[in-house]
Amino acid sequence: MPRVRSRNESPLVNMPSDAYIPQRDLDKLPILETRHLGIDFGGLTAVDDFNLVIGRTEIAGLIGPNGAGKTTVFNLLTKVYQPTRGSIMIDGQDTNGMSTVQVSNLGVARTFQNIRLFSNLTVEDNVKLGMHSQIKYGMFSGIARLPGYWKQERIAHERALELLSIFDMQDMADKKAGSLPYGAQRRLEIVRALGTNPGLLLLDEPAAGMNPSETVELMENIIRIRDTFQIAIMLIEHDMNLVMGICEGICVLNFGKVIAKGTPEDIQSNPVVIEAYLGRRKE
Amino acid sequence: MGKMIKLGKKRSVNLTKTRVVDFSTYLGVVLAFLIVDAMLRGGMLSRSFSGQLIPICCYIVMAVSLNLTVGILGELSLGHAGFMSVGAFSGIVAAMSLQGSIPSEPARLAIALVVGAACAAVAGVIVGVPVLRLRGDYLAIVTLAFGEIIKELINCLIIGHDENGLHVIFNFNSSKTVSDLGLTENGIEIIKGAQGATGTQMISTFTAGFILVMITLVVVLNLVRSRSGRAIMAIRDNRIAAESVGINATKYKMMAFVTSAALAGAAGALYGLNFSNLTSAKFNFNTSILVLVFVVLGGLGNIWGSIIAATVLTILPEALRGFDDYRMLIYAIVLILVMLATNNSRLKALLARPFASLRARAAARPGKEAQ
Repeated sequence: MPRVRSRNESPLVNMPSDAYIPQRDLDKLPILETRHLGIDFGGLTAVDDFNLVIGRTEIAGLIGPNGAGKTTVFNLLTKVYQPTRGSIMIDGQDTNGMSTVQVSNLGVARTFQNIRLFSNLTVEDNVKLGMHSQIKYGMFSGIARLPGYWKQERIAHERALELLSIFDMQDMADKKAGSLPYGAQRRLEIVRALGTNPGLLLLDEPAAGMNPSETVELMENIIRIRDTFQIAIMLIEHDMNLVMGICEGICVLNFGKVIAKGTPEDIQSNPVVIEAYLGRRKE
Repeated sequence: MGKMIKLGKKRSVNLTKTRVVDFSTYLGVVLAFLIVDAMLRGGMLSRSFSGQLIPICCYIVMAVSLNLTVGILGELSLGHAGFMSVGAFSGIVAAMSLQGSIPSEPARLAIALVVGAACAAVAGVIVGVPVLRLRGDYLAIVTLAFGEIIKELINCLIIGHDENGLHVIFNFNSSKTVSDLGLTENGIEIIKGAQGATGTQMISTFTAGFILVMITLVVVLNLVRSRSGRAIMAIRDNRIAAESVGINATKYKMMAFVTSAALAGAAGALYGLNFSNLTSAKFNFNTSILVLVFVVLGGLGNIWGSIIAATVLTILPEALRGFDDYRMLIYAIVLILVMLATNNSRLKALLARPFASLRARAAARPGKEAQ
């Protein structure tokens, strides 16, 4: 994938000079742009000076050793934590002071490292909850079962099954989410996130606990989701085959700071990254 | 959005299971009403039991509505009787004030129930707005305090009605009496401070109780199966995930809590208009805990369970009246036995035998694999 690192080639005026986004997304507003993003927990700086630009249909990777602050970045992007410093622009809009709900309505959806499904509800209800903002009828229509309820619920039902069919899970629609096997729970989280109709999908360790063949299948599915929905996907992952296989741009974090950015080829040969993962060779 | 992935095998929704459960709940309640009503008319019920019918309806509504807060929203509320109290006394005031202008008793009862529900809903908003924004068990503490505060406030309340309208005195330093209301000769004293409401016209009927139970069931069951109810249960299951998909947790917590309070208020109004004398001490912490016991014994989130637990545990102390000193002992033992039984898998299996096919289907589901 051809990459550009010079701002002069970009039609976007304020594209930072070290932004890596795919050529095809260059003429469009980036879906995500962070500037000098940082958060402190008491005296501990968990993330500092985090700058990243993600194109509208890019698959981006966020990697780093354990405790580097990767999930903290996701929590900042979804406003689970409010940043101490810096700004997050989603779809060109500054999210300063927004809540998790507002950011979700701007089109950011996510999955969680430790699965967070609505485990007592059915698979279908989990997906419908993802579609919550698009189902339009109020509390009263629901209680009185007005025509709006039946119409909206029918549309939601069909759409939920359609989304479940991405992972061929439509036959599980009536099962309790908590009763699904581990892999299916991970896939359901992705389907639920897609239900929000996102522009940016954040996947936190989607391949955790999967065997190699499941991981290969997941890689195909991530690319298929990107192609079908034309959305940007950012993922945290420790499985380097997956990251190097599908990510177009990779950002490496260590101790809360970006230590490298670039294409998979750049990252694999970057001595700073190798040192962060393996340590320095004794002289 | 690009072209959607083609739908593989189109399958019809299996809504039938929940529909059957809801329908059988309605049907069960209607049948129970018809049978009891027929027995009542045939004079087959003892006086003490027929006197329990309206309180049973009230407690069913209380239990089902508390289940909405505790079982479905997953927030602990220890002041449900407080909302019942607000509903009871506002309902009594409404019904007594309208005595002259609306002669029809059912119409006055209906208005009293609506007024009771509305006042309790307002109380619910006042309690809920500051508390439901917080994460954690603050609601339990605040509702506990609310129940006690309401009890004391109503103790200070002196209300009367005459042709000039309502007269209200807050008797904070216990220096005022009913005569300070300045009622005209046709005026009626409705609430007399610590004496509570006396001389209330008993206009509650068993039929009204049944209708209120049915309304409560429709509201709660339909709410749970709707978009809003899904959001409420999602917040219970995982608040962070719910917010990440754009669900405003505070809004839906308020929705559930205020609905629950309003239903408790209606139950309170029905309860209040069933007794000629009523003091606010009736709606104390013990009553709140009693309703919570109905909910917990019936099963959190289990509407059917709440109905049965409320019915049985309201009848039981009365039915045991013959045992005199031992009746509270037996009541306690029954509670413990029910708790043990509902946690015993072998007994559960025995009870579930009539539903063997349902169980078998549940067992056929794949278990949760090791993570």
